[in-house]
Amino acid sequence: MQQQTPLISIQNLSKHFGEGETRVDALREVSLDIFPEQVIGLLGPSGSGKSTLLNIIGCILEPSSGILQLEGETVYDGRWLRSDLRRLRLEKIGFIFQAHNLMPFLTALENIAVVLHLAGYNTAAANKRAQELLDYLEVGNRANSYPSSLSGGEAQRIAIARALANKPKIVLADEPTAALDSERAGIVMDLLRKVAIDQQAAIVVVTHDEKIYDRLDHIFQLRDGKLHDQS
Amino acid sequence: MNLAYRDVRHNLGRFIITCIGLSLLLGVVLAMIGIYRGMIADALELVDTMDAQIWVVEKGTRGPFAEASRIPLDTREAIARIHGVTRTGAVTFQSIQTQTGSAKLRLYVIGYEPGELGGPRRIISGHGLTGRNFEAVVDRRTRLDPGDHIQLGRNNFTIVGTTDNAVSSGGEPAIYLSLDDAQRLQFDLSPSAIRKERARGITTSASTNTVSAVIAQISPNASDKHIVSMIQRWKHLSAMTRHQQGLILTQSVIEKARKQIGMFTGILILVSAVIIALIIHTMTMDKIKEIATLKLIGAPDRVIINLIVQQSLAMGLIGFALGGVLISNIKDIFPKRLILQPLDGLSLAGIVVIICLLASLYGVFTALRVDPAKALAG
Ligand SMILES: Nc1ncnc2c1ncn2[C@@H]1O[C@H](COP(=O)(O)OP(=O)(O)OP(=O)(O)O)[C@@H](O)[C@H]1O
Ligand SMILES: [Mg+2]
Repeated sequence: MQQQTPLISIQNLSKHFGEGETRVDALREVSLDIFPEQVIGLLGPSGSGKSTLLNIIGCILEPSSGILQLEGETVYDGRWLRSDLRRLRLEKIGFIFQAHNLMPFLTALENIAVVLHLAGYNTAAANKRAQELLDYLEVGNRANSYPSSLSGGEAQRIAIARALANKPKIVLADEPTAALDSERAGIVMDLLRKVAIDQQAAIVVVTHDEKIYDRLDHIFQLRDGKLHDQS
Repeated sequence: MNLAYRDVRHNLGRFIITCIGLSLLLGVVLAMIGIYRGMIADALELVDTMDAQIWVVEKGTRGPFAEASRIPLDTREAIARIHGVTRTGAVTFQSIQTQTGSAKLRLYVIGYEPGELGGPRRIISGHGLTGRNFEAVVDRRTRLDPGDHIQLGRNNFTIVGTTDNAVSSGGEPAIYLSLDDAQRLQFDLSPSAIRKERARGITTSASTNTVSAVIAQISPNASDKHIVSMIQRWKHLSAMTRHQQGLILTQSVIEKARKQIGMFTGILILVSAVIIALIIHTMTMDKIKEIATLKLIGAPDRVIINLIVQQSLAMGLIGFALGGVLISNIKDIFPKRLILQPLDGLSLAGIVVIICLLASLYGVFTALRVDPAKALAG
């Protein structure tokens, strides 16, 4: 497994905010490789740079220096090498949020279908795949419900379905289980594991949640912007 | 999948209330334009009804509607002698206020010589003036009927017939009197004028023999311009064609109203634009997290701009349509004449589209600056 090319490869990545007096070094010389089928955890105290790292991998935050490669493609090496970062995200990356971030004005099914529409699916195909995903996550019966009428666990699974809709190779999750009880958290983690295997994907989970530590392949600890391998 | 529609459907109450508010505003704008068109039509209505190709008035005035004009009654005979003139009439015009029952009524008194040019175009009930004193024919918009009586000055007049299409440029319905009655009424109502005339040594009987204008019809092969330029050379008279009289009315009588209505219309359009901009901006601010999420999952700017602009356009056009329906339904019970012209409606629709686009700029600008990372922040 380790001889494959990493799905996420980071070399000497640094990120600071501000300059001079107000400079904050959120990440210092971080290097990391993540391979298909891996579910890895990012741990660390508040302010240690976990979200910053996740945002950089998700191409929504520009690093200060270093190299970022996704699926073998160099995406950043001192500057963004692609101008269509949104397209890149649409094609390669699924995001799972702590708050589910579903569109309140779309039904569960539509929340998933919207991603598929963006990716070019026609309505029938998008709805079919969305329904399959909902069934896969065992919330198929809530397809026509609006987010406001879903339980936290249901909403989170629909958000996961949305993240998976376009079969991303990389799934980034910031505190995906924080709002769930341990049983639900376990289900979500099993699901992410299943996705990692089924889709040959890499899953990065930022978490404070000790109850899921044993379901992670690797745990990386961030402290003051430095990365420590804990696994 | 249309996100704009789905978001609106989800917040339908607020959207509908905004549309209704806008419809009132845009309805008022339409009414303003309609009133303006109505005024032009009213202004020209009387000129059309008088059916004269030549208007002869006092030298140096643009009368008889835009400015006061007084010319001797015998001018009519002089005009009648001009080659090419087929019919003539001497007419007086005067706005007065009177009382019917308990209601105040503003009337536009037209004095003419029965049998000559200048009377009602057609009688729709009763009959025309017979030449006896104290008879009147009224426009049906006075809501008076044959047999009714009305006090004007010192005398009580009997309505003998009704006509239509006789409304002054100020919107007052006309009342036709014989020239004698009209002249007497004029002097009854302006004692100060008589006093002034007397002071100048002019006898009352001579001054009652003035009229506001002399009007003339000409034979089909005569040139109105030619006759007008001929009369212009006369010492005490001015003349104009029907077209020129129409221009004077629409320009000078309506000029002020046009500016006022234009200003109100402008302000209302501006207010609508500000309201649309604020509502769209609020709706956008309420969706900041969703917009950040859309960017995060890879939606191009086009999707986000469409979301905002479509809502803005829908709001404006639905408001406009509701306003249009509203005004078309109440235009007949409106106290002033409203004329809704399709072209005016279309232009306003065009303006609404433009202000919607401009109004959504603020929201679009805000939305495009949203950082997709905002979606991730808990
Ligand atoms: N946009 C920004 N501007 C300035 N400083 C920032 C910004 N984003 C993050 N930081 C700083 O960078 C450091 C790392 O922040 P980050 O959000 O990555 O921490 P975290 O590990 O995710 O914390 P938490 O567990 O509280 O979410 C912090 O000191 C934070 O204040
Ligand atoms: Mg964080």
